[in-house]
Amino acid sequence: MLSEVKSEMLGKKRVAIVGAGVTLFRRNLKETGKELSYEASRMALDAAGLELRNIRSVVMGSAPDAFDGVHMKGEYLADGAGAYHKPYTRVFVGGGTGVFAPLAGWWHVASGQFDTCLVVCEEKMSSCYPHPQFAFTTIFDPILERPLGMNLIWIFALEMNRYMHKHNLKKEQIALVSVKNKRNALDNPIAQLGAKITVEDVLNSEIMAWPVQRLDVSPTSDGAAAVLLASEDVAKEITDNPVWIDGVGWCIDSTYWTNRDLYYPDYVEYAARMAYKMAGIKNPPKEIDVAEPYDPFDYKELHHMEGLLLCKKGEAPKLTAEGVTQRDGDLPTCPSGGLLGCGNPIAAAGLMKVCELFWQLRGEAGKRQVPNDPRTGVAQAWGDLMQYGSVIVLRR
Amino acid sequence: MSLEKITNPLKVRHWIGDMEADYVYTLGVAGERFFKELKDKGRIMGAKCPHCGIVFVPPRMYCEKCLATLEEWVDVGKEGIVYTFTIATMDIDGSKLEKPVIYALIKFDGVDGGLIHKIGETDKVSIGMKVKAVLKPPKERKASINDIKYFKPAE
Amino acid sequence: MSAKIKHYPGEALETKDIKEGKVPTEKFRPKAKFAWSTGVAMSRFLDELKNGKIIATTCNKCRRIMVPPRIYCEKCYEPTDGWTYIKDTGVINTFSVSFLAADATRLKEPIIVAIVNLHGASEGMGIIHRIEEVSDWKKVKIGMKVKAIWKPPKERTGAITDIKYFKPLEEE
Repeated sequence: MLSEVKSEMLGKKRVAIVGAGVTLFRRNLKETGKELSYEASRMALDAAGLELRNIRSVVMGSAPDAFDGVHMKGEYLADGAGAYHKPYTRVFVGGGTGVFAPLAGWWHVASGQFDTCLVVCEEKMSSCYPHPQFAFTTIFDPILERPLGMNLIWIFALEMNRYMHKHNLKKEQIALVSVKNKRNALDNPIAQLGAKITVEDVLNSEIMAWPVQRLDVSPTSDGAAAVLLASEDVAKEITDNPVWIDGVGWCIDSTYWTNRDLYYPDYVEYAARMAYKMAGIKNPPKEIDVAEPYDPFDYKELHHMEGLLLCKKGEAPKLTAEGVTQRDGDLPTCPSGGLLGCGNPIAAAGLMKVCELFWQLRGEAGKRQVPNDPRTGVAQAWGDLMQYGSVIVLRR
Repeated sequence: MSLEKITNPLKVRHWIGDMEADYVYTLGVAGERFFKELKDKGRIMGAKCPHCGIVFVPPRMYCEKCLATLEEWVDVGKEGIVYTFTIATMDIDGSKLEKPVIYALIKFDGVDGGLIHKIGETDKVSIGMKVKAVLKPPKERKASINDIKYFKPAE
Repeated sequence: MSAKIKHYPGEALETKDIKEGKVPTEKFRPKAKFAWSTGVAMSRFLDELKNGKIIATTCNKCRRIMVPPRIYCEKCYEPTDGWTYIKDTGVINTFSVSFLAADATRLKEPIIVAIVNLHGASEGMGIIHRIEEVSDWKKVKIGMKVKAIWKPPKERTGAITDIKYFKPLEEE
């Protein structure tokens, strides 16, 4: 259903990431959203040795205004993201924002219109009381769904149940993902919830909405991340080690989520195919060295690995059990610790995964470094009402 | 399909609801310092950018023009001028206020920016008028913009 | 997260310090009210619910019978062709047993929610609703047949809650 890759799809200029920054992810941070955006942007600029005057355009990714509690949040955050008197675009696709924002940044540079683009993602979920979960309820149809007293966790529970049923899985197999990611997060200085837990701990944790238990879920957080994009000539002046954006893909399904079989995310597959085609990847499991799929829940990592065509449908739990997705395995997955370990400030979480790949591919990930000189990575984010996928392929 | 013009959503088949949420906002790193100075020392502070030379009120963590971190804070005093003003006759819900309230943007000498606040103790306001901040007594201050009661005309 | 970076910014605060007022904050509650237009298709759907019936729309091109009904087929991107009644029985496609209410407060007795694929609609066409009259939640299964339990006609108002819940048809 995808047509041939036209040369226009590859853009006029090759685009690289030349700098990145992430703030701490925590349940409550004192900084305002503007200050968080600034902190991440400043880190990315310092990493590349650039100043604000070198930035030609800015893209801000931030999920619903309802979390920060500031209407027109994009405009509010703009100056913190260095967008003062600059061309500025805010994008928002729910959880997919963190990977979609650099895609929008890619358009800015690949089109030839701008030589540099600062991409920033921010989320401050702590402002919403008593719990940001309550702001989520407005995602549901006000007439057909909300009167039933919906809680966002339910849609994940419904999807998880369907996935388990289709592939005849037990909770123990899925819990392994939570164990792996939280342990990986212990090596991540920004992580909110790095910990050494066992499968038993997950199975004994509080049932929130069966089959979802407390340790299956990532927490809500405050945080921000930023990456600096540059066109090929400019990138080579800034650093000897640019990381190229070789593939981009994005896709949306309808909000008629009760009309779909939730066991498999078609929309992630379509986005992945688009990105792989651009990047010339024909055999993803062999050609991808490191993956950062979106993992707000443990079963989601498995769901998305399959959607990303990194394995066959239903095969992801087996790869996890065999250790293939550990940092020293054949397909290291979520070496950052993912959302389960680091926290989930919605948009910033997705961009954090892109930052992680940036550092992994340059050999700068310290204790989290995946061995054997990884050259190609894929990051993916997911969003909205079980409907959106954004995929980015990076190469050194 | 009907193309009749209707401006009241209650006149079309509808479903009523609200989007409830409560918000608790932290003041931020710069904001907390600004309001603590106001509460504890009764001072209005600004932050100075070392590169651009601009003093920002309210003070902030970074200069929006060059993205430098702002570390130098200065006391801008309590006197300023009315840069512009408006006379409000309706409250937040659109109902009529008993007595109109004057809101103004007050700028301080040598400062980029200013504070929006009320003008009190007078009915006559003009652009360029000199005004002075009137603070609540120290015990009543809460580290909020309302620790300033209003600005009154200065001689 | 890069081995080259020495300092990661962010001043963490404890939730209890915020709650106990040890950290200065500003509070605000927006008072937004909404009157959502129910639209062309849903208005008919709600009217039929008041009559104790479930109605769907059909697309001749892709041959789907769709519920909730809609005035355009999102796959073919053309207007839907007609209306047809479907049954108020169905099969559980997936379900969850929730110990959380909408505002994240904990419940002693769980709420069971499910996507019910309705008989008469195309395969996979479902709506979300509650499941009740279940003596042991552990016995709920995907594939279980269920039937809508309606409010008495006088109490129906033209809302999704005119169906009180779905109950299992089989012996448990």
